[in-house]
Amino acid sequence: MSAITAMDVNVEAKRILAVSISKLYASRTQRGGLRLHRSLLLSLVMRSARDIYHSSRESEAPIAAAPEEPMDTSSRAEEQTQLPEPESEPQPVANGAEAASEVSDSREEESDGETTEDKENVSPTRQSRKRRGKASAAPDFLPSKRARLEPGEERYAAPLGSCRTMAGESLTTLSLNRVIPAF
Amino acid sequence: MEEENDTRKVNNSFLRDHNYATEADIISTVEFNSTGELLATGDKGGRVVVFQREQESKTQPQRRGEYNVYSTFQSHEPEFDYLKSLEIEEKINKIKWLPQQNAAYFLLSTNDKTVKLWKISERDKRPEGYNLKDEDGRIRDPATITSLRVPVLQPMDLMVEATARRVFSNAHTYHINSISVNSDLQTFISTDDLRVNLWNLEITDRSFSILISSCFPSTGSPSQLFSFLCDKTRRLLVSINFEEPEDPSTRSFFSEIISSISDVKFSHNGRYLMTRDYLTVKVWDLQMENKPLETYQVHDYLRGKLCSLYENDCIFDKFECVWNGSDSVIMTGSYNNFFRMFDRNTKRDVTLEASRENSKPRAILKPRKVCVGGKRRKDEISVDSLDFSKKILHTTWHPHENIIAVAATNNLYIFQDKVN
Repeated sequence: MSAITAMDVNVEAKRILAVSISKLYASRTQRGGLRLHRSLLLSLVMRSARDIYHSSRESEAPIAAAPEEPMDTSSRAEEQTQLPEPESEPQPVANGAEAASEVSDSREEESDGETTEDKENVSPTRQSRKRRGKASAAPDFLPSKRARLEPGEERYAAPLGSCRTMAGESLTTLSLNRVIPAF
Repeated sequence: MEEENDTRKVNNSFLRDHNYATEADIISTVEFNSTGELLATGDKGGRVVVFQREQESKTQPQRRGEYNVYSTFQSHEPEFDYLKSLEIEEKINKIKWLPQQNAAYFLLSTNDKTVKLWKISERDKRPEGYNLKDEDGRIRDPATITSLRVPVLQPMDLMVEATARRVFSNAHTYHINSISVNSDLQTFISTDDLRVNLWNLEITDRSFSILISSCFPSTGSPSQLFSFLCDKTRRLLVSINFEEPEDPSTRSFFSEIISSISDVKFSHNGRYLMTRDYLTVKVWDLQMENKPLETYQVHDYLRGKLCSLYENDCIFDKFECVWNGSDSVIMTGSYNNFFRMFDRNTKRDVTLEASRENSKPRAILKPRKVCVGGKRRKDEISVDSLDFSKKILHTTWHPHENIIAVAATNNLYIFQDKVN
């Protein structure tokens, strides 16, 4: 492999992450149920890709990215993390969820804190995640997911109060992140 | 090794002339019994087909013990787990024969969740001349019975029956990936990704369980698929600590997947272990855990294509590997219906193809070659022309003769050594 720039690797990592997430999602509907070993392997690929993605982002010039619509993007990521959780095989899926939720955590930290008490809870980890804070722009490899509307419904903006709920949910995913590397 | 060959097809004659395969006919496992007299195949539709070798006849020496269908039965049906809202596939993951103890044959077959013990027995006589019922089975009017007779066994056409003798279920949370029979003939083990269950063949409502707690890979080391086998000396190999340190220069996104082990086989003499990962086959000495004795490249030309193999899911294919009877040759499958044999002594290897075009009976298989460089010779095939939908995952070798069975999607190929 010669002359692979950081950019190429970055693009490749994003693509592999996108493919992996869609595979993980598709495996929920396959006949016979979730396969533990396959899900494990998928999560390992995602972890590799995420590590390579973040390390290649650091080596590039830092991009000043405005966290546009932090609620929206974090809500999408929350949906991603919520989806695999109800399954009966929490661990490998949590690994997969870990990747998505860690991304959402970094964005949560950037969002304006109406919820100061949650910010305080977040801050100890914030220091350890200082490196990841730089990856502040919404990663664009996550597929956009919005709830499918029933006929007659219409979409409305999430109320401000839901910001608190979002942060609360991110605390749950935060604790998952701490548990997983323990073994 | 030069071979003549003899083709058998598992699917119905209706489908024989058509070039598509129904998914239910895809062979998912093949296994010789301990004498090599019987060959069992399991398919995705939950069926088991058993082939029996013809007795060699002096009048037709060229028909050297061909395999014919002996018994076909439906081993597993699709089930639905209502608690988890999951369908349980009927696909047969593994078949293992029990050593023969009497006239009947016994095998264990398993799908994702349930192991079954099947008895296959022959019936070539039946009793006739009952007193109380007539030949059709209808009860006779007692008033018409004037004499007493003893039913006599009369010969009938050979019938081979398969009956399920035991069902071992509800013991696995995850999908069963292998079973192994102990040489004491009383116990066997079934394993899924995180649990090993030790069963007694007589007892179906409980088993000993070993839970694997420390198999999750730490960051940076390859993941391993743990398969558990009872070897001839009855040692239970609890975990595979055989791990080659990873070469950091070859690290890629897919390092863990391609180093993940898809099959493990003990050698017949019990001294060696063979592991198959995505690109290589490795032979390990049981005494030496940190590096393999021998490493064989199965299809290294795929190393540059891992990304597209990841996208089309081929990188998750689990290839099996197998020893010959004397442990001198090892064999494993590849894509494009190719399979590879490695002679451990001469270090020679060969690539052969299991396909209908090349498989007229008694034709000798021609070695194939995949072209990796620029210039392709006439008979070579380039990497990009390989058909990745034609994969040989399951192969088996006769326990002491040079006969192999190779499953190519829904077709079963049986190859024998050339007769001089």
